Amino acid sequence: MWDYTDKVRDHFLNPRNAGPMDDPTVVGEVGSLACGDALKLFLKIDDAGRITDATFQTFGCASAIASSSVLTELLKGKTVDEAAAITNKEIAMELGGLPREKMHCSVMGQEALESALKRYRGELDPLVKPEGEIVCKCFGVTDVQIRRAITENDLTTVEEITDYTKAGGGCGECVLDLERILAETRGTEPAKPKPVAPKRKLTNLQRMQLVTKVIDEEIRPSLKKDRGDIELLDIEGAKVLVSMRGACSGCPSSQLTIKELVQRRLRDAVDPDIIVEEVRS
Amino acid sequence: MKVIYLDNNATTRVAPEVLEAMLPFLRESYGNASSMHGFGGQVGKFITEARERTAQGLGCSPEEIIFSSCGTESDNTAIFSAVRSQPEKRHVVTTRVEHPAVLNVASHLEIAGYEVTHLKVDELGRLDLQELEDSLRPDTALVSIMHANNENGVIFPLERIAEIVKSKGILLHTDAVQTVGKLPIDLQKLAVDFLALSAHKVHGPKGMGALYVRRGVPFRPFMLGGHQEKGRRAGTENVAGIVALGKAMELAAAGIDEENTRVKALRDRLEQGIMSAIPDVRRNGDPENRLPNTSSLAFKYIEGESILLMLDQYGICASSGSACTSGSLEPSHVLRAMGVPFTFAHGSIRFSLSRYTTDEEIDLVLRELPGIVSRLRAMSPFTGKDEAAPGCAC
Ligand code: FES
Repeated sequence: MWDYTDKVRDHFLNPRNAGPMDDPTVVGEVGSLACGDALKLFLKIDDAGRITDATFQTFGCASAIASSSVLTELLKGKTVDEAAAITNKEIAMELGGLPREKMHCSVMGQEALESALKRYRGELDPLVKPEGEIVCKCFGVTDVQIRRAITENDLTTVEEITDYTKAGGGCGECVLDLERILAETRGTEPAKPKPVAPKRKLTNLQRMQLVTKVIDEEIRPSLKKDRGDIELLDIEGAKVLVSMRGACSGCPSSQLTIKELVQRRLRDAVDPDIIVEEVRS
Repeated sequence: MKVIYLDNNATTRVAPEVLEAMLPFLRESYGNASSMHGFGGQVGKFITEARERTAQGLGCSPEEIIFSSCGTESDNTAIFSAVRSQPEKRHVVTTRVEHPAVLNVASHLEIAGYEVTHLKVDELGRLDLQELEDSLRPDTALVSIMHANNENGVIFPLERIAEIVKSKGILLHTDAVQTVGKLPIDLQKLAVDFLALSAHKVHGPKGMGALYVRRGVPFRPFMLGGHQEKGRRAGTENVAGIVALGKAMELAAAGIDEENTRVKALRDRLEQGIMSAIPDVRRNGDPENRLPNTSSLAFKYIEGESILLMLDQYGICASSGSACTSGSLEPSHVLRAMGVPFTFAHGSIRFSLSRYTTDEEIDLVLRELPGIVSRLRAMSPFTGKDEAAPGCAC
């Protein structure tokens, strides 16, 4: 269960201004059933451009309903220009905060309000034909929406973008694009994959010394803790021949120990091509 | 406020008898079973007894039981053991609706270069056995198919699956976390090689599980360390948990008839009550072959978390089929695999009952739920409309 503030719970359980409005001046809409969140905002605006009534219909979780409810309260009595200045941050703040993962509910409130105000002003509703390119197909989020969420909320990670816009919260295919947009918007370089360490060129002698050192200093002490032991018999190129001793000899899991402990450690520390084989005595 | 707990597929209440059985091992009998002294050594016989009780509940021999920390560890152990013991085989078959304890291991194997076939389910959550048969190959190391699904309760025909898989000489693992204690399981007749179970789903404590490994099946331990469990699962024995599991298994075996009559009747009353009082409700999953305690219902036009939170006001605990409450934003992978339409998937709720569920509790749900659904529907922009609102390209 999410950790909701008392105010979120209150607005969810006792939503203010819920339901459609008869004869609204304008209606703003965002979201869809497929997205899992949708909000329809009804506004009555008087001739002086003041919002005299606001109601909503929401499909969504508790924080979506609470965000819509608190938004209608914020809107009543404001002029259209004052309303246009309301941000998702303000909606979330008014609720005493939302869980990080639910911030997209406050963004939905802001977007529904914008949709309504643009219609009121007779401008093209950007949400009827979304502005920009769809980046996240799962949730239909455009690059414009993503860039805006980054700038307005000072987002620094892809996870935060998902929390605020839902982009990246489905199949994850868009995550690389989100990284790119994040870097572009913030003017930073996208994180480059860490360069893989070049394979070490070792002489036979160096390899032998390094294998001996890792076995003596790391592997043997850990086996000894369980009363086991290991003996290094020979090294033939990348092949390391060992024999298990003590409790390890005859242990049903000795093969696993060789592959998962000895071979893996030697591959990490010495050479990724190493193959460890047990010589049974 | 009284808690009405209808989320038993998530976890169950510890049975009082189980708690009593485990307490001495948390108080005075705290010795380590591997110790040489008598104080520690004496707990060994309780482990033996618990192993026998667990084996009895499954119709297998005690030596075939390995105690573990949970169902997830048991699933992981079985799958990794199967692939490591047959390094030349690089193919694994599972289903799209497994628990993450299996699905995430399958993805891990894919990354490691294995090929994994994920079998589909139909709209009722059923497998296509022909697809299973066609998927088997000479290099198939393992088939891992759950016994019953945790979300929709659909039971897979494991005996038939075993016939198909074993006729090809392939290892078969089943995650039986949801069926142990709810359905009779007889491993003499059921030809699986590995079976995973978890104590906290059968009124035992959390942090305790077991894995059945059929005698003669090659085995590679997952946990390495000391020589506990005959070297098959290292780590100091969780004696209290093991004793608790033994007791829980004993109680579960005795309660299977009740599960199939009283609990099932309660579940059916709940389901029919809801479906007749509330319009636009749909059942997710096969109505016939499913767990006697599970009902997954989808309420059109509204969203699951909202229903859950309103139910919570009355102390009613259920779970949501949309993964919203768990941090993910999409409907659950099980509902998606079944092709449940979005109009329903987001509004799915699972009720799962137990031997402690009462008639009065069901009455309370039937009394409160219709009002909750109509309040939420009155708030929904989609009520009465089937099309999605414009503006989203998803
Ligand atoms: S495309 Fe963005 S999560 Fe699927």
